[in-house]
Amino acid sequence: MVGLEHYLILSAVLFSIGLYGALAKRNAIVILMCIELMLNAVNIAMVGFSRYIVPLMLTGQVFAIFIMVVAAAEVAVGLAIIIAIYRHRETIDATKIDLMKW
Amino acid sequence: MGASVAFWVLASIVVLAALAVVLLRDVFRAALSLILCFLTVAGLYLTLSADFLAAVQILIYVGAISVLIILAIMLTREVQRGSPSNRFRLPAFFVAVLFFAGIGYAMLNTPWQISSTPPLEPTTPAIAGLLFGQGGFILPVEIAPLLLLAAILGAIVLVREK
Repeated sequence: MVGLEHYLILSAVLFSIGLYGALAKRNAIVILMCIELMLNAVNIAMVGFSRYIVPLMLTGQVFAIFIMVVAAAEVAVGLAIIIAIYRHRETIDATKIDLMKW
Repeated sequence: MGASVAFWVLASIVVLAALAVVLLRDVFRAALSLILCFLTVAGLYLTLSADFLAAVQILIYVGAISVLIILAIMLTREVQRGSPSNRFRLPAFFVAVLFFAGIGYAMLNTPWQISSTPPLEPTTPAIAGLLFGQGGFILPVEIAPLLLLAAILGAIVLVREK
């Protein structure tokens, strides 16, 4: 029987994979994709809590909807920033975008 | 029984697709496996009897966000260079494993108060009541379009030709 812990562990696995990618990748678009992966992992945990702890209130599902709204806004602005950087510097290698590094 | 089979199949697909996103060298293939990941997460929502969220997941993630990501990959000619790792690969791996160990330990050792009530189905009227009804989430619902408007304006300003 699948319970809440299964979904929570699955969400933790997905979040860790996304965390590794966001920390270890150089391509800025891949970093953004890994952040999307992490947001999806959090959504799975939210819906799991909503299903198993308060099945009639659905609060977790409403939270997941707001996370999706924020994710859509984030991806639009993030990709716009990446394309603006690419226009100026002809690269989206995150290790070479170091203008604000001392 | 059927629900557990569905969960294990979907869970293995989603983990494999997520690993492919991180490990594949071709950025475009990584984006395609990210789309597979989004689709499988929609299936997982269905096993959690969140039908409205599954539809929203397919509409927003599979429909919109993946198209945006693929468009950005095609606009930047970084595809040939692949998606190499930076020099923090091993530390990042250890951070991820440590994070997983810590959060997994916390998840397995917390006494969750599981409710035995069967879940609500269909969820759409209940979510509508929560979002727009009395004592619900009407203020965040009003703020969300402002955030989206700000994001759209910001994106336009950022990529506009000077």
